[in-house]
Amino acid sequence: MSDRLLKLTLQVWRQKGPNEPGHFERYTCDTVSEHMSFLEMLDVVNEGLLVQGKDPIAFDHDCREGICGACGMVINGVAHGPRAATTTCQLHMRHFKDGDQIVIEPWRASAFPVWKDLVVDRSAFDRIIQAGGYVSVRTGSAPDANETAVPKTDAELALDAASCIGCGACVAACPNASASLFTAAKVAHLGLLPQGQAERQQRVLQMVAQMDAEGFGHCTNHNECEAVCPKQISVRFIARMNRDFLRALLTADEPSRLRRKPA
Amino acid sequence: MKPLHSHAPSGPLESRWEQHRFGIKLVNPANRRKYEIIVVGTGLAGAAAAASLGELGYRVQAFCFQDSARRAHSIAAQGGINAAKNYQNDGDSVFRLFYDTIKGGDFRSRESNVYRLAELSVNIIDQATAQGIPFAREYGGQLANRSFGGAQVSRTFYARGQTGQQLLLGAYQALSRQIEAGQVKMHPRTEMLDLIVVAGRARGIVTRDLISGEIRAWLADAVVLATGGYGNVFYLSTNAKGCNTTAIWRAYKRGAFFANPCFTQIHPTCIPVAGDYQSKLTLMSESLRNDGRVWVPLRAEDCERTPSEIPESARDYYLERRYPSFGNLVPRDIASRRAKDVCDDGRGVGPSVGGARRGVYLDFRDAIERLGKDAIVQRYGNLFDMYERITGENPYQVPMRMYPASHYTMGGLWVDYNLMSTIEGLFVAGEANFSDHGANRLGASALMQGLADGYFVLPYTLGNYLARVSAGELTTDHPEVRAVLAEVRGRLDRLLSIGGSTSPDSFHRELGRLMWDQCGMSRNQQGLARALDAIPRLRERFWQDLKLVGSGSELNQALELAGRVADFLELGELMCRDAQTREESCGCHFREEHATAEGEAERDDEHFTHVAAWEYNGDGAAPLRHTEELAFEFVKPSTRSYK
Repeated sequence: MSDRLLKLTLQVWRQKGPNEPGHFERYTCDTVSEHMSFLEMLDVVNEGLLVQGKDPIAFDHDCREGICGACGMVINGVAHGPRAATTTCQLHMRHFKDGDQIVIEPWRASAFPVWKDLVVDRSAFDRIIQAGGYVSVRTGSAPDANETAVPKTDAELALDAASCIGCGACVAACPNASASLFTAAKVAHLGLLPQGQAERQQRVLQMVAQMDAEGFGHCTNHNECEAVCPKQISVRFIARMNRDFLRALLTADEPSRLRRKPA
Repeated sequence: MKPLHSHAPSGPLESRWEQHRFGIKLVNPANRRKYEIIVVGTGLAGAAAAASLGELGYRVQAFCFQDSARRAHSIAAQGGINAAKNYQNDGDSVFRLFYDTIKGGDFRSRESNVYRLAELSVNIIDQATAQGIPFAREYGGQLANRSFGGAQVSRTFYARGQTGQQLLLGAYQALSRQIEAGQVKMHPRTEMLDLIVVAGRARGIVTRDLISGEIRAWLADAVVLATGGYGNVFYLSTNAKGCNTTAIWRAYKRGAFFANPCFTQIHPTCIPVAGDYQSKLTLMSESLRNDGRVWVPLRAEDCERTPSEIPESARDYYLERRYPSFGNLVPRDIASRRAKDVCDDGRGVGPSVGGARRGVYLDFRDAIERLGKDAIVQRYGNLFDMYERITGENPYQVPMRMYPASHYTMGGLWVDYNLMSTIEGLFVAGEANFSDHGANRLGASALMQGLADGYFVLPYTLGNYLARVSAGELTTDHPEVRAVLAEVRGRLDRLLSIGGSTSPDSFHRELGRLMWDQCGMSRNQQGLARALDAIPRLRERFWQDLKLVGSGSELNQALELAGRVADFLELGELMCRDAQTREESCGCHFREEHATAEGEAERDDEHFTHVAAWEYNGDGAAPLRHTEELAFEFVKPSTRSYK
């Protein structure tokens, strides 16, 4: 295992708070091991800033194994950086060259206001799930798990959709800042399974209404979301959501339950 | 020493939980809305509890430090969840799962609790399936199972390598439904910094809003801590970076006993440390040991050679050699210790970090020859991709390198059969309590325990407690509440005003190295004494030389970390003390003085068939050690043998 050291120049978005103006700050680091993860590289920069008495760069992160969905930054214009199917925490410095300049920005979308530096408020995603992204089943009231057979292919496809980690890269990559891929993934996951059928119509109507209320844009088929999705969730789920939405609009028995909450 | 009452029922094992539930007091549905419950942590245990309690009609305030409840570290569990469904008709039963869990825990857990866990396992699968968890299925549409961690029956349910994620999203969605219904109020990015105890009862918590820095008190009729384990005391672990001990440590300092803190599980198959900058370790599913062969070179001189050039005769397949019947599938603790042995012996492989090579090969060459590459891609494709992403090496061509890492903590706050701690009204669920795994947790049992506690135990036992107390009647101007608020503020101010030169991360690394060396996979009297001498000095240095910038009234991630490190610096000492007094080897706790000539663990049932529960006795004073004797009525303790 070789250990190449890189010298890098970073241009990092710094912003003190939601209502403060932001700007790019330049940092150089010359001892970046190629085996470091992108976040470990930032840890080293932050350690240096802290001991110099300067405010470290704030960024969200937690599991650092690509599953919690906490981390995410736009790296050289691409959400989660240059590697396909890779979260920021799983991106390693061996994919950069000595002397590279790296521009680091937060997710940019009006529905994701910046809290500080690279940390954004993604609570809109939680509210979309609260609007209907579940099966209403009381604890303790479930029938035996094998009572309903689920075709293997349906379960697999549902899991493809359910793999969404809620990181928000899809929104950051979309020219419309649309949350269609995120919303569609949950609509499809539950809509593909027998357990999700009872609330299927109401679910899609409510979740889409909430997505609109949060200020996310609409899908105009750029497919940028799929390209950056670290879990490679397919835009076909958006088509599926649109079909479900139309069907529900035309046939829902309880349109009164469709309501919007302000973001 | 005062005895601890587990309140575990007696009588026939299989009817204990039912009997107990019948004896439980109920809260009238119309009265439930008068009671307020605080749930801290939104992993499997916390989210399941908050959702189920909200659904029953209680008013729930839920807290997590992450930006969303969906990101709790339960999400990272890969392998699966055990349940005694016996869908495979291969001889599984509730009793067998109970037996395996008791034995796997090396006879250091309560029979009543473990049996209840095995019993509830079947309900969990039903509940999760009804929520729409896309578990793996057979072509006929039935649920699929696999054998996991050396179990002789196939009782593990799974969703590819992301079972934890799917189960957590199920619980998160159930929680979201209650938030929408107004039953649960969710507070993300809010960290619990202390517990409020009034007249012996847990009555609330003090939190810091991680965005605004606001410190405030929340009052309730009962508090549930579901805040996970403390594996990050080792700095490097498979835990998420944010995992910490603060909630349970603060509760300990307010009077909750801490049980078996030295019982920490080290997982044998993690990607080794690559450099000093390493921030965390990544676990590779132990299913890899089903087909991979573990080896190191026979001679230290060969350690730098390209593995493919090392001939068969110069390789030491040490697990197969020492344990012919279990081979590479020996339990986690044994696989971990043997890896340490060969590396201590100078035969480790991979890069040298800090002067030592710490890694062993996990080689799929033979499996690829035998089954073909396609079969290996099918079975382990995603894991191989993950390995390559992190190391830059292709495991289809070069053997993987593995080394053990801190993964799970069996120890935690002491709880009785009702999951109530030694503080009235303080309940502890999931990894944060000590209850079900004894000295060693079996694979695919953590998800089971978290969900059993949250969905099926707390909704009953917490109600039983509330039925005995009257609701409300406390305000934030109570002197006790004001005192805790002042303490929390004072502590943060103190951290911010030290004005030293060393970052919280540096202190954490130093503590981690110390704990890993002296209280990790293998412990001895001398090393523990050294650690017990070094930790207080490190702590002193921390409080004199910590460097922070900014203030407490803003998003300040270094301040958050500093508070957590300060608590780890205290917990580490208790762990060493516990390891020192437990003069036996059991499960994951291996004391070098208590081993056979061949280096296998030697349990001392005569003197240590008990839970050690520590009581805080003031800063600077030695904590008090209480014991809860463990009785084995249904399973006779035997020696684990994997030869």
